[in-house]
Amino acid sequence: MTTAAVTHNEKHRGHYRFRHAARMEWIKLRTLRSVGWALLIALAGMIGIGIAAGVNTRNPRGDVTNNILAGGALGSLVFAVLGALVMTSEYSSGTIRATLTAIPRRPLVLAAKASVFAVVALAAGELVTFAGFLAGTRFLRASVPHPALSQPTVLRAVALSGAYLCLIGLTGLALGAIIRHGAAAVAVVVAGLFVAPLAGLARTGAGKFMPELIYANSLVATQPVQGFTVSPWTGLGIIAAYTAVLLAVGGWLLASRDA
Amino acid sequence: MVSAFRGQSPVRSVVCMIDVTQMIEVRGLTKRYGRVLAVDALSFDVMPGVVTGFLGPNGSGKSTTMRMILGLDTPDRGSVRIGGRGYRELGWPLREVGALLEARAFHPGRSARAHLTALAASNGIPASRVEEVLGMTGLRGAAGRRAGAFSLGMAQRLGIAAALLGDPGVLLFDEPVNGLDPEGVRWIRDLMKSLAAEGRVVFVSSHLISEMALTASRLIVIGAGRLLADTTVAELSARSASLEDAFLELTASTAEYRATGSPS
Repeated sequence: MTTAAVTHNEKHRGHYRFRHAARMEWIKLRTLRSVGWALLIALAGMIGIGIAAGVNTRNPRGDVTNNILAGGALGSLVFAVLGALVMTSEYSSGTIRATLTAIPRRPLVLAAKASVFAVVALAAGELVTFAGFLAGTRFLRASVPHPALSQPTVLRAVALSGAYLCLIGLTGLALGAIIRHGAAAVAVVVAGLFVAPLAGLARTGAGKFMPELIYANSLVATQPVQGFTVSPWTGLGIIAAYTAVLLAVGGWLLASRDA
Repeated sequence: MVSAFRGQSPVRSVVCMIDVTQMIEVRGLTKRYGRVLAVDALSFDVMPGVVTGFLGPNGSGKSTTMRMILGLDTPDRGSVRIGGRGYRELGWPLREVGALLEARAFHPGRSARAHLTALAASNGIPASRVEEVLGMTGLRGAAGRRAGAFSLGMAQRLGIAAALLGDPGVLLFDEPVNGLDPEGVRWIRDLMKSLAAEGRVVFVSSHLISEMALTASRLIVIGAGRLLADTTVAELSARSASLEDAFLELTASTAEYRATGSPS
């Protein structure tokens, strides 16, 4: 065996794995300034809206927890936009070419990107919802009940609110992979989350399949909402199923299209 | 494995190790975008040890071919083998192939160091190698700044730093001197020659025959996606009064081919 052959073999033994792709995606995620800004906006929004909702809650028989977590609408928008931009900025900047020449197995790239984003988004989502909840309960009037995290339904509502933000962020990322254009992906997210319920579809049977309505009427509800029969865990499952399907489509398109 | 990344200059201490197992083999490569046949049954080899120029007018299919070599675009027909394997089968792609693509391939908000560190992590390349390539390309002083603020010359250097990151045996440069000042052009020219002299495969696309005359020894000439010549600079120069005349005669045939093919 020649020297060159030995060098060649030593240098090229082995293969990149998921953990290599994940490490790359983690470095890329934490070196994007927009990530920190977006999470800060989500935090400020959840706390601000939580306080405002707390101050304005007057009905002692109302769902106080649900009111305080109203910031989830803004939070989900921020997370969705962030997820979409994490993916589409690869295309707008051309980074996707560097990424795919480094890791040519494209489904692995999307799996790593989605996993890293999911971990960060879940941690951040729980952080901002718990912060918003705790801030909101501090500003409640004495005349309304004060929900506490020691109550299982309250804890579930707050925890599912954070999980919801993570899933919506992942949905944005998947749509970014499918659409590849930042503004268009954001438009589709906004249409899916907010325009569809406003378009009168909310009162039809389709309403219980709309993410924002599932959020407000099921995930963060500590009292049953009349006419909305989806349980919190079923609701979370429906949204997770949307996310999984969109990610699968995104992965398939990423693998089959030219970069 | 770490030893492969030691050394401050791209010049290896090992005496000229030509490794023919690293060659690029392009066979019957064909790519169509809608009605446009961008690359048409293209076949050629790129051998190590010399700079091979990839020459053709704008829009002749050079970048498309480069993207297919790198697995970014999928050919409609035909194949590319690098050291006997397709790009997507490579175990550590950045350690085998380095590429500078024509367009920027980094996020403007990220620093040069962050961009290179992410790429290094993807292929198990030690972080110390990032500092080495930053030093080689003269970017160490600017490595912490937003890459979006880089001049064209600095952006090219970052692209070259990324290409050299894995100390690969195969290097692809797509129009590397575009928009560079004379000093930058000279630097890239010398770099490509030294990389080839170390026994690497160096494949450089350009639409500038004068630049290729100074850099390359072998030439692959294409026009309208087809192979026009697989030759050496010396052979091509001998065909006509000058290398430029010979190139224009070659590519004139594709211009005619295009004119007859158009509806007007």
